[in-house]
Amino acid sequence: MRFLFKTDYEDDIKLFPHSGYFVSYGILIALLLIAPYMLSSYLMSQLVFVCIYATVGVALLILTGFTGQASLGHAAFLAIGAYTAAYLQKYNVPFPVYFLAAGGLTGIIGAMVGFPALRLTGIYLVIATISFALIVEEILARWESVTNGNEGMRVKTLSLLGVTVPRDSPTFYYLCLAVLVLTIVGTLNLLRSPTGRAFVAIRDSETAARSMGVNVALYKVKSFAISAAITGFAGVLFAHKLSFISPEMFTLQLSIEFIIVILIGGTFSLHGAVLGAIFIVMIDPFLTYLKDDMPGIIAGIAATFGAGPATAGNIQSKVAAFASLNGLKGAIYGIIIVLFVLFEPLGLYGRWLKIKLFFQLFPLYKRATFKRQKIYVKSERNR
Amino acid sequence: MSYFRAENLSLHFGGLKAVDAVSFAVEKGEILSIIGPNGAGKSSIFNLISRIYRPTSGRIFFEDQDITEQAPYDIARLGIARTFQNIELFENATVLSNLLVGRHRHSTTQLWQELLFLPSVRANEKVHRRRVEQVIEFLDLEPYRDKLISGLPYGVRKVIELARALCSEPKLILLDEPSSGLNVEETDDMSFWIRDMKSELGVTVLMVEHDMSLVNRVSDRVIALNYGRVLAMGSPAEVQQHPDVVAAYLGA
Repeated sequence: MRFLFKTDYEDDIKLFPHSGYFVSYGILIALLLIAPYMLSSYLMSQLVFVCIYATVGVALLILTGFTGQASLGHAAFLAIGAYTAAYLQKYNVPFPVYFLAAGGLTGIIGAMVGFPALRLTGIYLVIATISFALIVEEILARWESVTNGNEGMRVKTLSLLGVTVPRDSPTFYYLCLAVLVLTIVGTLNLLRSPTGRAFVAIRDSETAARSMGVNVALYKVKSFAISAAITGFAGVLFAHKLSFISPEMFTLQLSIEFIIVILIGGTFSLHGAVLGAIFIVMIDPFLTYLKDDMPGIIAGIAATFGAGPATAGNIQSKVAAFASLNGLKGAIYGIIIVLFVLFEPLGLYGRWLKIKLFFQLFPLYKRATFKRQKIYVKSERNR
Repeated sequence: MSYFRAENLSLHFGGLKAVDAVSFAVEKGEILSIIGPNGAGKSSIFNLISRIYRPTSGRIFFEDQDITEQAPYDIARLGIARTFQNIELFENATVLSNLLVGRHRHSTTQLWQELLFLPSVRANEKVHRRRVEQVIEFLDLEPYRDKLISGLPYGVRKVIELARALCSEPKLILLDEPSSGLNVEETDDMSFWIRDMKSELGVTVLMVEHDMSLVNRVSDRVIALNYGRVLAMGSPAEVQQHPDVVAAYLGA
């Protein structure tokens, strides 16, 4: 185990508390930089989606994880970013301009959502954000002069400083990675300064935050705006990656996927957003694989246990029919959420910390180390 | 003119008069205790001052400024800090970040500066941290800096709440039952700290308290309340002798 001896206040401000961080993050960055030359084009494409989902995950963490304001409307923010980019592209606006414009516009709309949301907490806020997402979805489908309605919009290939950047090129991947890294660094900066602490204060006790001089309404709106703006930036990249956008891509299911990202990753740390993004992006090919191969495998198992060819074929077609049921994906997502909330509320990152501690303390690790204790019930009177 | 003044302060919930035309004044550098049976309106007065409730009528003055209509977060900015009867700490944050939130009214940095963590933000953070360390030393909280609140015992949380209030460098501090839930030894510590706050930090203290020995040890003056009304005001001994106060506690 490493013991840190702090000799300066700087030690508590630093992003990298000790040299080990430089080594591990250095290796990670190096691996990410050479990834385009090592991985297949399919995995690269998945990695780009991981970057985009992780960026949205970080945005959602700021709002939900750190400010405590649940949102099921982030697909709408993503859509606003994506459509702003696609619309401005029609007028030959250069990428840096529409990238910033998309983030700015989404941020402003986020703030506008934040104002009515000020008086809502918990489940009511969730309902309000769902309504917002549904409204945006409807507007995208109906405002045909701008959004082209249900026919969707084609997004032209990204061109940056005169160079075209195809959506499956390494450059596009680096761009997404850069946006993710900048988002993470900016968020970490925010969290170690007064604004970030005010967010956490609002999450844990609005009454106390107010009595310490935090303008709760202002900071909630700020949190909404920042979160929405980052999601808007991600939306631009999302649009470019898909090269075609239409309203049915930005449904409630996508918002739920973003919630899964942070719930499964862990809501208390930015690591959670990245781990959750990897999980959600990689589960899709895994499910497809199961769907394609599971019926055959199960039929094979049945055959080895003595089932005749007719029975095996029967089983295979039944399993295949089950695997292609509508809404199965949603059900699997639901089961995953329930299992994580029940058995690992701290998410994948929490599990990773436990595994790490196990090895650090070996053989002294106690199972009760992470048992959560709720010792005193806080008064709810002044809420 | 008094340092802090409440004039005819009333708070009615429908027909219930939680606080009924209460007037009192606090002089600069004094420790004033409010006592009274349960439901007498003591905490309601605090909640009126920190603007969690809006008074039905009456006015509140601080340093000759009318603060009755101020926004709740502005109260802290004027230099009035408070603690809560049922601890209101930021559970899932470390002690340090709890105390740094106490510094919020002194933060001057803008959002964009914080996103980039400019040198000015860094310098400010260090100033905040230095102040927080002074409070940590004052209240002997050194062992707990990096601990999460959710894992700390009640007595320590009580002190941390006091520390958070002190971190804002208040001129007036409102302590809502500082000794509730503390054992005898911790209550003793609390009484020393309250007196030190007055003598060393020059903070004016307004306190709601049930523990009469603590009240007797630290208070300069005492106000006794019952049913939202002032029964008696004066030195601790005077108030405890007052026939109305005896009647309120023991029954007539």
